[in-house]
Amino acid sequence: MALVKTSMGRRMFIQSSALAGGGLVLGFNWLASCKREPEVVGLQMPKEWYEINAYLKIGDNGVVTIMSPNPEIGQNVKTSMPMIVAEELDVDWNNVIVEQAPLKTEAFTWQVAGGSQSIRNGWEPLRMAGATAREMLKAAAAQAWQVPVTEITAAAGMLKHEASGKSAGYGEMASAAVNIPVPEEVVLKEPKDYKIIGTSRKNVDGKKIVTGQPLYGLDYRQEGMLIAMPVHPPAFGMKLKSYDATDAKAMPGIKDVFTINLYNENFPRGAFDHSVFDELVIVLGNTTWEVMQAKKALKIEWEKAGDVAVDMQFFGNPTTVKHPSGLESSSAHKEQMEQLNSRPGKVVRKDGNPEAAFRNAAKVIERTYSCPFLAHNTMEPMNFFANVTADKAELVGPIQTPEWTEPAAAARLGMPLEKVDIMMTRMGGGFGRRLYGHFVVEAAAISQKVGAPVKLVYTREDDMSQGTYRPTYLATYRAALDENNNLTAFHVKAGGIPESPLFANRFPAGSVDNYLAEDWTIDSNISTGAFRAPRSNFIAGAEQAFLDEVAEAMGKDPIDLRLELLDRAKNNPVGEDNDYEADRYAGVLKLVKEKSGWGQEQGNVHRGVSAYFCHNSYVAQVLDLVMESGQPKVERVCCAIDCGIVINPDAATNLAEGGIVDGIGHAMFSELTFADGVVQQQNFDKYRLIRHSEAPKNIDVHFVDNGIDPTGLGEPPFPPIMGALANALYKATGTRYYDQPFMGNKQQRVIG
Amino acid sequence: MATYTLNINGKEMQVEVDPSTPMLWVLREHLQLVGTKYGCGIAQCGACTIHLNGVAVRSCQLPVSAVGSQEVTSIEGLSENGDHPVQKAWLEVDVPQCGYCQAGQIMSAAALLKNNPNPGDAEIEGAMSGNICRCGTYVRIKKAIKLASQSSAS
Ligand code: FES
Ligand code: FES
Repeated sequence: MALVKTSMGRRMFIQSSALAGGGLVLGFNWLASCKREPEVVGLQMPKEWYEINAYLKIGDNGVVTIMSPNPEIGQNVKTSMPMIVAEELDVDWNNVIVEQAPLKTEAFTWQVAGGSQSIRNGWEPLRMAGATAREMLKAAAAQAWQVPVTEITAAAGMLKHEASGKSAGYGEMASAAVNIPVPEEVVLKEPKDYKIIGTSRKNVDGKKIVTGQPLYGLDYRQEGMLIAMPVHPPAFGMKLKSYDATDAKAMPGIKDVFTINLYNENFPRGAFDHSVFDELVIVLGNTTWEVMQAKKALKIEWEKAGDVAVDMQFFGNPTTVKHPSGLESSSAHKEQMEQLNSRPGKVVRKDGNPEAAFRNAAKVIERTYSCPFLAHNTMEPMNFFANVTADKAELVGPIQTPEWTEPAAAARLGMPLEKVDIMMTRMGGGFGRRLYGHFVVEAAAISQKVGAPVKLVYTREDDMSQGTYRPTYLATYRAALDENNNLTAFHVKAGGIPESPLFANRFPAGSVDNYLAEDWTIDSNISTGAFRAPRSNFIAGAEQAFLDEVAEAMGKDPIDLRLELLDRAKNNPVGEDNDYEADRYAGVLKLVKEKSGWGQEQGNVHRGVSAYFCHNSYVAQVLDLVMESGQPKVERVCCAIDCGIVINPDAATNLAEGGIVDGIGHAMFSELTFADGVVQQQNFDKYRLIRHSEAPKNIDVHFVDNGIDPTGLGEPPFPPIMGALANALYKATGTRYYDQPFMGNKQQRVIG
Repeated sequence: MATYTLNINGKEMQVEVDPSTPMLWVLREHLQLVGTKYGCGIAQCGACTIHLNGVAVRSCQLPVSAVGSQEVTSIEGLSENGDHPVQKAWLEVDVPQCGYCQAGQIMSAAALLKNNPNPGDAEIEGAMSGNICRCGTYVRIKKAIKLASQSSAS
């Protein structure tokens, strides 16, 4: 039994017995604005209900509403987070309604979709919310029946007192429970007693999704709402000089054309307060189509921008981000990166004497890997609704960081934080793009300027050419072997524009006596940011492809080599700050070895293996390729994951499948290139994303069952698959693939 | 601006719009049927897929002036209660991640199964190739299409 103090979670318990009654709707209500929403027949809260704490309300008939605190980007938190509350509350899941919680940082912890942290950070507060409510219901029953609370049991929404034979539903005790003091300590369930956690539950928004009901920011509307669309410089390194909107303003449905500036000059920017372009021309009109047409009629002169330096606070660390002037091109980037990579980098970690080991090596293997910029391309382009009046700002839409974006919007509007409110919609994808809330600030600034409710909408072209891209990276790996083919030294030098992908303390650091990790960076005026598993999304594939070559040179099975290195890291680690647990790392490799039937491959199947640790979770994958009419086809991916306790296994499997498909797609096909600052791929005719026929035929996902507190899952299955793919491609074709996208950008047009 | 009387999901609906306006925006903004999604606007992603006389078309490329009295079906009208075999299969397989592409995927799949009740892998891939899922739910989509194909056959 885990007895846990509730004090650290106290702030979530805003108890209020006055909150009984159906008049107050805490979640926001689409029906108010969307008349045509078809009725979903299902569970409904009764007229009388009681808010036990910020996470849950109980109706007098026992129906429970659980608030899902975090932004939903497709990672399934809207289902799996309430499952955790329901588990400890001990209620029948069929009696639960889930609502998106409001942004309420005083009540909820970490209302952010990022870093694969939602479940990990929510694990304790969510269980506590359910468990304390359960205890309060028990106490209410004890009072009502005049029996000791220790004799009351609670299960599946029912309270029972065995000796007297008394029983009551949670709904009957809810009104009394709100007056019970929040317990100082609660007993949390043992994993073996879980009835909801670890069982597969369907997506709570499933029915709404398949029937096309309004769920997303782009679907949101209010009466009198206008549409705003931005026009940004055609190239990075350019800015607005002047514009003539005479023709555009005369077009049907157009209300106005003006410019806005993004952040106030003295605003202390946080890590996600990026601006892609600081000044935008805004076209405002009645409908999206009309505004799209008017954008084309604008006459705008652009000019070259100068050097820019932005002071930002990266979680307390002041940093100056430099954007040098100039019009950058991918061809020049490549040269710059190769040049810098040929010089000594900044030493980040050094163990033993790598220089001597390389000098004395019988054999040195050296390989260089690269990847291009990528655009996030969430299916739902950037958009946000804002209605800013003199005394409040109502902001609604898709944002991964509502709690960090609100202050930026408040500062831009010159309003106190408590007058600014962000409501979260389901998001048509995130992948890191929606960590950067500049579009929220833009929408707010536009609404304030025009004094009307406004929805800011980016076209796909705006979205793709005004991104916070995955940086381009380059890495060179070297391995030294002695005459007996033992690995004696390992060297990685990596860099990128504008950041380095290096994680110096990750595997194989700690498993090789002589180790050197160096990095370098190149400043750029192209805006970049976090993209699903930042940095790992390149370095994992590079490292895992390199290890495959090292194993081959050593004459070893690639899984065996990794296991030997991990054994060394466990029993006799080199250095101190090794950033992984060797046992859990080896665990997923052993599991994937077993589940994939490694070593039994035959016939025309070509296999590659890869394993990686990031976002607190371990993943190993085996990818099977066949060649069909000269084209590689992924037949199967076998994936082993250690992310601790899995809340919703089928949904977790879905997320892992998605990460695998995403990784194969980006490694094979996707790239974003620049010519004189201009993004060369601005829509899906030029930017290749993976499509149906290119996805693996089968994916099987296996979770390590170890009862450890849950860690991340949104990101970890994504990076390693690129290595498994490269290694299988080598087996299939005899060619090693070093530069992503492996299939080049063939710009195949798939006729829709 | 012109006035059009359209036949949408079995109902007559009137809109006053510019003749060039794509059905995507007519549905979304003039009729507030927002299940049909905008993804690219150039017939490359399939998020906007609707049925025109039962055939899957990209509504971002279909000007309202070209529709006339033809039958338009959007995701909202695919079935009365969300119980089209494809929708049921989607729920059974729990296909969606973010869900944004799924209305378009479902409309493409429903049109495929109408013409070809028992499609093979290559036929599914061919019919669905115009629908991008950025979240990568392709494996489940295929599974759901096969399930729908079986359940409508039985
Ligand atoms: S929006 Fe029509 S195909 Fe993409
Ligand atoms: S489910 Fe997100 S794009 Fe398909």
